[in-house]
Amino acid sequence: MNECIRLEYDVDGENFASAGHASESVKRTLKQMGVSSLSVRRVAIAMYEGEINMVIHAHGGRAVAEIYPDHIDIRLEDHGPGIADISLAMQAGYSTATENIRSLGFGAGMGLPNMKKYSDDMQIESTVGEGTTVKLRVDFEE
Amino acid sequence: MTIGEVVKLLDAEILCGEDRLETEIHTACGSDMMSDVLAYVKDQSVLLTGLLNPQVVRTAEMMDMLCIVFVRGKRPEQPVIELAREKGIVLLCTQKRLFVACGILYTNGLGG
Repeated sequence: MNECIRLEYDVDGENFASAGHASESVKRTLKQMGVSSLSVRRVAIAMYEGEINMVIHAHGGRAVAEIYPDHIDIRLEDHGPGIADISLAMQAGYSTATENIRSLGFGAGMGLPNMKKYSDDMQIESTVGEGTTVKLRVDFEE
Repeated sequence: MTIGEVVKLLDAEILCGEDRLETEIHTACGSDMMSDVLAYVKDQSVLLTGLLNPQVVRTAEMMDMLCIVFVRGKRPEQPVIELAREKGIVLLCTQKRLFVACGILYTNGLGG
């Protein structure tokens, strides 16, 4: 089935307090659609980690969610500094976050690994100096 | 255990969610790193933390948690309390430290 619900959000990179707004909205929509609570939580966590990354590392960007009957595709696009070594960034515990970010409770080096853990497919395209696009797919359990 | 029993055990102040004290909870986790909290999807219902920013409430919401306990006598600012109220999450504040608060709840039957 090709029909989908498409949701788009501007992720404000200047406002840490509002980070998570897009993920929250997608979570609410999935709940209303009757998607199982485990699947909703996997989507919420994976997308929220991505949204936080966009705010703390990349001055915000754009988030697009396409919801199909059996899965969701999420695209998180920023024009931040890019990721020089994606395989290093994927290692649990590796982080380039500053002490200031850690004091906010993030930057433990778990963001990308968490996104991979809670999604069924994750693709990262990144160019240093241009930005990063992360694509996530989460299949809904029956 | 109910959230009301957590209030008594930790001698906690209720910042919002007074009408949800009868809610049953079974597990909890304690951390100041939200990334670590997000790394473990379980049905943990209570988050104990010394961190006060709005992302604590959002993290709890993403994890479907029911209650946040701020330790070491820390109190979040009003917008954080309002956000939790909006999301239906109970906020408590205790003078106890994180390790002690977790220990009390654990020894009284709350799981990890």
